[in-house]
Amino acid sequence: MQPERGLEKKVDAARKAAMSAFAMADGEQLRKLANQAGLPLEAEAMRGPETGLVTVRGRIGGGGAVFNTGEATVTRATVRLPSGHIGHAFALGRDRKKVRLAAILDALWCNEATRPTVEEMIVQPVVSLAAQADARKQAETAATKVDFFTMVRGED
Amino acid sequence: MYVAVKGGEAAIRNAHRLLADRRRGDRSVPALRLDQIVEQLGLGVDRVMSEGSLYDRELAALAIVQARGDLIEAIFLVRAYRTTLPRFGYTRPVDTAAMHAERRISATYKDLPGGQMLGPTFDYTHRLLDPELATGAAVEEPEQRDIEPEAMPRVSDLLAGEDLIESDGELPAGHVTGDITREPLEFPLERDARLQALSRGDEGFLLALAYSTQRGYARSHPFVGEIRIGEVELELDVPELDFPVTLGRIRVTECQMVNQFKGSARQPPQFTRGYGLVFGQSERKAMAMSLCDRALRARELGEDVTAAAQDEEFVISHSDNVQATGFVEHLKLPHYVDFQAELDLVRRMRADHEAENGTDATTKEAAE
Repeated sequence: MQPERGLEKKVDAARKAAMSAFAMADGEQLRKLANQAGLPLEAEAMRGPETGLVTVRGRIGGGGAVFNTGEATVTRATVRLPSGHIGHAFALGRDRKKVRLAAILDALWCNEATRPTVEEMIVQPVVSLAAQADARKQAETAATKVDFFTMVRGED
Repeated sequence: MYVAVKGGEAAIRNAHRLLADRRRGDRSVPALRLDQIVEQLGLGVDRVMSEGSLYDRELAALAIVQARGDLIEAIFLVRAYRTTLPRFGYTRPVDTAAMHAERRISATYKDLPGGQMLGPTFDYTHRLLDPELATGAAVEEPEQRDIEPEAMPRVSDLLAGEDLIESDGELPAGHVTGDITREPLEFPLERDARLQALSRGDEGFLLALAYSTQRGYARSHPFVGEIRIGEVELELDVPELDFPVTLGRIRVTECQMVNQFKGSARQPPQFTRGYGLVFGQSERKAMAMSLCDRALRARELGEDVTAAAQDEEFVISHSDNVQATGFVEHLKLPHYVDFQAELDLVRRMRADHEAENGTDATTKEAAE
């Protein structure tokens, strides 16, 4: 189903955020959440899961011309649900089971009937756990922040 | 006459079996698990990912075990594995300004926005061996500090306001990004292809060259403008979706080297820059890379090319340790026929030499 004109961007942003959560999640975590959500997980494989490479790019000086830095392993999968919804998944690494599951979750997200469950039971927990981990890491880094002070030289 | 010789199958088979045994070592010592290597020998894993040019921690850890800790052999294994995988595409360029920084320091600005974060560094340690580590004693949790997160603009953007530093390296419009894994090296290279080669180059080789520039061979008056280490997000454009898909995060180290430059006919006096971007936490490598990048810009900046570190063909042709080890190590493989041919040649030359100069040294002496 095509989203209404003008709403594509919003839908895209929400789907991108959900797919990002699936990709960032650890395989074990995603399996656990998917089982808890009680969603129907049968799907037909349309492509993969298959592992390949992406070439990671940087910019000269951080913001200049593009250059290739090196490769990273990526696994991708595409599935079709019995309802006809198609889901895609891409994630760093070689965890094929996780990526297949992520593709199923993307397809379930694309189905408006199951989208709220996917958002509530999977996307939100993954995002909030990741935010907690980021906050902890940030606080640990912040503890190593240097507070400079100036020694006042006695002039008398 | 060329005689093909066969043999050694049983010897090779048994040698590999012996290798497997020695690799495992004493069976009463528990076998290493890959997660132990990933977690506890992380910087070795990072080096294998960076020079193997493949970001995958578990694979790098497997390669380290298989290579018995020989990192160049592990890098070789990773490079060989890479060639078996299909290529899905090029990611969008990583945004290091948006990095989830775990370390960020500047040697040029004390009070830069975002602050100086030392992170998990060896700097300021006393380099005294710690016997406690051998006992497996419990380790304290890190300290945490609750401060409002601040943006961390790149230090080069701070200096840019005054126009006293050159901008981030641009290449001419319409330039197609070079890829040394797709096209054969052709000198002279553009800076993009050079950086790709340097990023996978041997840390020891680049370190030695970087050191040579500090000792006066292509002196470039460097300052560490900034080093940052942390995770960046990877995004990939795929035909089936209308938006770039997030693949996850990778840890990288970025080094912005700032160099004094007295100017040339083409450019006013200003600070020039060298850039380093390396997989994992690889600070020494990123610094060496940025020093080499700057030295290799000699031609572009109108400097005299007088030192090894400025010679692009020399540096880039010898920076890849898989190529280097392949060519050096092939010398130990059988060269029986080549050597026989050379032996014959030397015998003939010796006979000619003796015919011209008397039969040997003693008779020559006696004759005088």
